[in-house]
Amino acid sequence: MTATARSPKDTAQSELHLKMLRQMLLIRRFEEKAAEAYALGKIGGFCHLYIGQEAVGVGALAALREDDYVICSYREHGQALVKGISANAVMAELFGKATGCSKGKGGSMHLFDAKRGFMGGHAIVGGHIPLAAGLAFASKYKGSDQVCVCFFGEAAVNIGAFHETLNMASVWKLPVIFLCENNRYGMGTAFERVAAVTDIVEHACSYDRAAELVDGMNVLTVYDATRRAVERARKQSHPTLLEVRTYRFMGHSMSDPLHGVYRTKDEVEEQKARDPITHLAGKLKEEGIIDQQGLDALDAEVLAEVEASVKFADESPDPDPDELYTDVLAD
Amino acid sequence: MPTLTYRDALNQALREEMQRDPNVFLMGEEVGVYQGAYKVSRGLLEEFGPERVVDTPIAELGFTGIGVGAAMGGLRPVVEFMTWNFALLALDQIVNSAAKMLYMSGGQIPMPIVFRGPSGAALQLASQHSQAWESWLAHIPGLKVVAPATPADAKGLLKSAIRDNNPVIVLEGEMLYNLKGEVPDGEHIVPIGRAEVKREGTDVTLVCHSKTLVVAQKAADQLAEQDVSAEVLDLRSLRPLDEAAILESVRKTNRAVVVEEGWPHVGIGAQLVDLIQREAFDDLDAPVQRVTQADVPMPYNKHLERAAKASPEKVVAAARRVLYLDPSPQP
Repeated sequence: MTATARSPKDTAQSELHLKMLRQMLLIRRFEEKAAEAYALGKIGGFCHLYIGQEAVGVGALAALREDDYVICSYREHGQALVKGISANAVMAELFGKATGCSKGKGGSMHLFDAKRGFMGGHAIVGGHIPLAAGLAFASKYKGSDQVCVCFFGEAAVNIGAFHETLNMASVWKLPVIFLCENNRYGMGTAFERVAAVTDIVEHACSYDRAAELVDGMNVLTVYDATRRAVERARKQSHPTLLEVRTYRFMGHSMSDPLHGVYRTKDEVEEQKARDPITHLAGKLKEEGIIDQQGLDALDAEVLAEVEASVKFADESPDPDPDELYTDVLAD
Repeated sequence: MPTLTYRDALNQALREEMQRDPNVFLMGEEVGVYQGAYKVSRGLLEEFGPERVVDTPIAELGFTGIGVGAAMGGLRPVVEFMTWNFALLALDQIVNSAAKMLYMSGGQIPMPIVFRGPSGAALQLASQHSQAWESWLAHIPGLKVVAPATPADAKGLLKSAIRDNNPVIVLEGEMLYNLKGEVPDGEHIVPIGRAEVKREGTDVTLVCHSKTLVVAQKAADQLAEQDVSAEVLDLRSLRPLDEAAILESVRKTNRAVVVEEGWPHVGIGAQLVDLIQREAFDDLDAPVQRVTQADVPMPYNKHLERAAKASPEKVVAAARRVLYLDPSPQP
């Protein structure tokens, strides 16, 4: 053994960090291709991109076990990919194809993979927050130690469902992590224009629970905070509220211009300088875990995966016309 | 056969299903310690404990969503609303989450959940507490809706609802809880989607459900004194609707009056009239008549309230109109 050899712990950590870098790059390239496909009319309806927020989904999901539950709002392509749904199945769903993860019936806002514990994208703001507590309720009821992480935006904090659920999750001690992705804007409305309390973590006081304010542009910080919350949920069955401060580099959806009239170009550029991928890549380069050549190779690898998913989605069949009437009711 | 009240028949169904399947649990306001606002859950807390008989805060949206989430997690929740008037606060979860989960997940997530509670007007509870929501709920694909009128049907339909793998709405009659009738012990199942002729007749069909069965039966008694033989058809299920039973009866009597507690505009009766004119046009000897609540919010004053409700007298008058027994009113 040489003096420069890494300990097994360091190696495991490097592998984890490289895996996170790959996942963030995959999301970034996936979303860029989704934007292109949207512009070409291959993707319809609403399409909300995760560019800029990758560290949140990647860091949080790295703290979970495979059988834990994840439930999201409609900005959920990233979490779906990290939970293990293939780029093919996600892209095909965006294209509305039969090979999509929801058989082409859900689309961008309703990605599902129940077997992987990915319990959906949900498109009524805040409506899925009680569902998360319900999944945690089921887990506790059955004596399982699965936890549930619920991703939602800061705008959902003004909804009654958020407050009702936080209260019941505390009263009933449910193993759920409420992860608020504070990207500052609910569509075009700056949070401080519509919220009396702008530090979302403060809401935890009303419901007697643990909370943490987290830098969402740093994937490792998100990972550490979520790990603490998961531990609390799994071991003590206590809920946690995490306020993760992040920023979306793109518009609210594909129909919203990049910065619009509600935020300045300068603000967007300033935030882009905090790009979570650049940040992690820089750190790993500094530590000698990856070099520029390795980074380029990784990028090329994920790009190829994403391009293959576009080809797969394009060539996949539409759902059979009979599918219109299936899945309305279960047997 | 034992005689039970409608309330105790529901209680028996809940108890038997909770004994049969450990995944069945009851949640709602006052269901536990208080023993149920209408005492439907009497004794269940003592038998099954607070994990399975869950008292909730007054937060319909939140606890309904938690119920839906628990169903996503593999449980079979029975969510009690103190009245369906309060369930309006939870409609987002019933309509946007429960009714659509299976479809938008491409068939991955079934939704075995029951939403139950009293519906329709009682006595002098005024506008906000005297409403029948059938037409709202039966409008939604992905839901089943039942409205039992007798103790035996209450037990049999609630048992079917709890065993169903779909969200089932059980509309109980607030004025029926004290109604007594024979109820089979043990395994007594009434299949969802099956109407029942409660009284045979040859001259006119009175189509009814829930509390309007009592109204229709009284009307049939009065009509018998006038030498008119009325058939009373109790729908029992509103979605799916037993179209065959409705058409069979109308083809026999050639005349129909449809009776409901709801308002006339876009009511359940409108759907029945559509069905009958479309499928049995040539069998009809007169246009179908409807008896509904007056098209006003429910007044408090007891004379005004009586005037607003469907009554045996109104049904008799409608039956005489379809039989052309009275001279037409002068224009």
